[in-house]
Amino acid sequence: MSNMNLLQAINNALEIAMSKDDKVVCFGEDVGHFGGVFRATSHLQEKFGKSRCFNTPLTEQGIIGFANGLATQGHKPVAEIQFADYIFPAFDQIVNESAKYRYRSGNQFDVGGLTIRSPYGGGIHGGLYHSQSPEAYFTGTPGLKVVIPRNPYQAKGLLLASIRDNNPVIFFEPKRLYRASTGEVPEGDYEIPLGVAEVVKEGTDITILGWGAQMEVLEKAVALAEKDGISCELIDLRTLLPWDVNTVVDSVKKTGRLLISHEAPRTGGFAGEISATIQERCFLHLESPISRVTGLDTPFPLAHDKEYMPDHLKNYEAIKQSVQF
Amino acid sequence: MSNSNQPEVRVVHTPTFIDGSDLETPILKILQQDGTLYEGAALPDIDQALALKIYDTFLFIRALDERMVAAQRQGRISFYMTEIGEEAADIGSTAAMASDDLIMAQYREQGALAFRGFPLKQFMHQLFSNENDLGKGRQMPIHYGSRDLNYLTISSPLATQLPQAVGYAYGYKLEQKDNCVICYFGEGAASEGDFHAAINMAGVFKVPVIFFCRNNGYAISTPSSEQFAGDGIAPRAVAYGVKAIRVDGNDVLAVLKATQEARRMAVENNQPVLIEAMTYRLGAHSTSDDPSGYRSKKEEEKWREKDPVQRMKLWLINQGWWSEARDAEELDLKRKNVMAAMKEAEQVPAPSIDELVTDVYDVPPQHLVDQLSELKAHIRKYPDAYPKTAWRLNDE
Ligand SMILES: Cc1ncc(C[n+]2csc(CCOP(=O)(O)OP(=O)(O)O)c2C)c(N)n1
Ligand SMILES: [Mg+2]
Repeated sequence: MSNMNLLQAINNALEIAMSKDDKVVCFGEDVGHFGGVFRATSHLQEKFGKSRCFNTPLTEQGIIGFANGLATQGHKPVAEIQFADYIFPAFDQIVNESAKYRYRSGNQFDVGGLTIRSPYGGGIHGGLYHSQSPEAYFTGTPGLKVVIPRNPYQAKGLLLASIRDNNPVIFFEPKRLYRASTGEVPEGDYEIPLGVAEVVKEGTDITILGWGAQMEVLEKAVALAEKDGISCELIDLRTLLPWDVNTVVDSVKKTGRLLISHEAPRTGGFAGEISATIQERCFLHLESPISRVTGLDTPFPLAHDKEYMPDHLKNYEAIKQSVQF
Repeated sequence: MSNSNQPEVRVVHTPTFIDGSDLETPILKILQQDGTLYEGAALPDIDQALALKIYDTFLFIRALDERMVAAQRQGRISFYMTEIGEEAADIGSTAAMASDDLIMAQYREQGALAFRGFPLKQFMHQLFSNENDLGKGRQMPIHYGSRDLNYLTISSPLATQLPQAVGYAYGYKLEQKDNCVICYFGEGAASEGDFHAAINMAGVFKVPVIFFCRNNGYAISTPSSEQFAGDGIAPRAVAYGVKAIRVDGNDVLAVLKATQEARRMAVENNQPVLIEAMTYRLGAHSTSDDPSGYRSKKEEEKWREKDPVQRMKLWLINQGWWSEARDAEELDLKRKNVMAAMKEAEQVPAPSIDELVTDVYDVPPQHLVDQLSELKAHIRKYPDAYPKTAWRLNDE
């Protein structure tokens, strides 16, 4: 075990993936010699050479198109998009190409080796274009997997599993926690399975569901609620597509209540999808309406970022409301 | 047969590949580093008043950039970007435009905005995201914009302004206006698909637009040698049927001259033009960046010797329009003004919480009205957690 922050855990996962499988190749804007603007790919070029870790020209559609081509040949590209806010020039390559390669060719061709890494989320004074949580644009796309880790241990295991998964995976990294989140991480190789949620803390009164950076916020909210005697079951969804319906269903059947929280705007957010599925599956078990604590339906603001965020206080209030319904 | 747009095609009977080696791109230089002109160099249209206005903007931007980098280090603002070393490029080119020509900038062109007359206090309001910011405190520092001064608000996603510039210029053409758009971008941004779409559309639609590329050698850590394999940006325009010129971007007279000529062609003949200004980003990419990880001090020094501000100063002194004494005085005055404006702006409160939901649409729809009132109730309950906005709610 060694103590790592989230960036170090990602760097460590990339290093292991590259040293065990020479088909793994890392690239993106400033990813090479410099090691990426957040330094997630530090020293990889030194260790594995310029042909396996390199800078690309500044073109996201080019990066993902190139990655699709490379993956089609059986390589395992790990492409970095510098900020999730800048993934949109690559939207066509991801949604119409990566996601549909296998299906349209009758499984003759696929880009299963592809992993797209990108930092997402607010809390770094980033304003409109360094803060967004675009996961729901991708969860509506069959053929993709969408994974978001909450801490260094999770990040390493989930990233290794994503790189080795035989489907295109979008791996969103909570950049607010890059250096803020630290923890014990095994030095060796390990994987955390995709598509499996984790019950982080058991409880009986209400199920609290989130992913990524929001888990830290939810832990704080849960601590406040527990002081009031409310027993919370906290779940990290970890993989948003395909998501672990059964774990959430089992929990809600036990607690009778569900709160879902994400930073992305409420309308069209992934909480809406979860909420619909859970009311289909748990209707008679629900004791209060499913609660969503999310970002507002506005672009991500700068001066009012604190007010915009679904912080621990908003979640705490929503937990109380749900229990008192 | 498909149309190559070439009137007469030379026919060959053995494979003959073209590689562009016969396409030579000269570079325009007018002013030497010692402040004298190159022999035979043609001066732009410039009189004492214009020259001093350009130079005054240089000094102002130096004072602003220097102070705001320090302010970021002190934690007064969250982020800043300087244009040190590139002043001649954006300021010299904007000086060739009419004041009602639209400027579409990337983000490192605060000089162009200052030249247009953006007040110092407005720069500060934006940098401090306070309630007087024209952008209502919504965007990161340096994302300026001014409708009054025809300077489109900066958008972080790179190269998006390029095809927009073509559309805006098409509007000028429809209205038969004697105007021209100038659209700035970096050599890094020129790798985006939007660049190629824009130049092609400008060529096809024949619109009055100047694409102004600041080729400053780097896109964050990526040197231009890893950005493109061809001869820079200018030759790309030719392939799209757009005229191009390469200039010494640290030579304000060359930049001004090239842009004046380009504007004339654009306005008179709807001829789009691409200008590639060869320059160097002397500072870090932004306050989040440290260039020592990817380039040498020696390389920076080499470019420091080509300082565009120094070069223009020497020319002005040669003209008898300026002196070292006045220079020191003026810079000192600008530094004091910047400091005072900064101290004033940092006292101005953040915008009211109501601004969180305005301008998402022309009129806030019901769901946003509801979200705002829920938010206000929440802030009232926990005023200490939201100090920027809670104090105002108490008055309501
Ligand atoms: C679509 C998009 N991708 C990535 C970024 C992140 N980014 C901001 S500035 C920059 C480098 C731009 O370099 P260049 O165009 O040469 O301009 P310079 O900074 O040199 O003035 C990058 C990669 C972005 N803002 N937008
Ligand atoms: Mg550049």
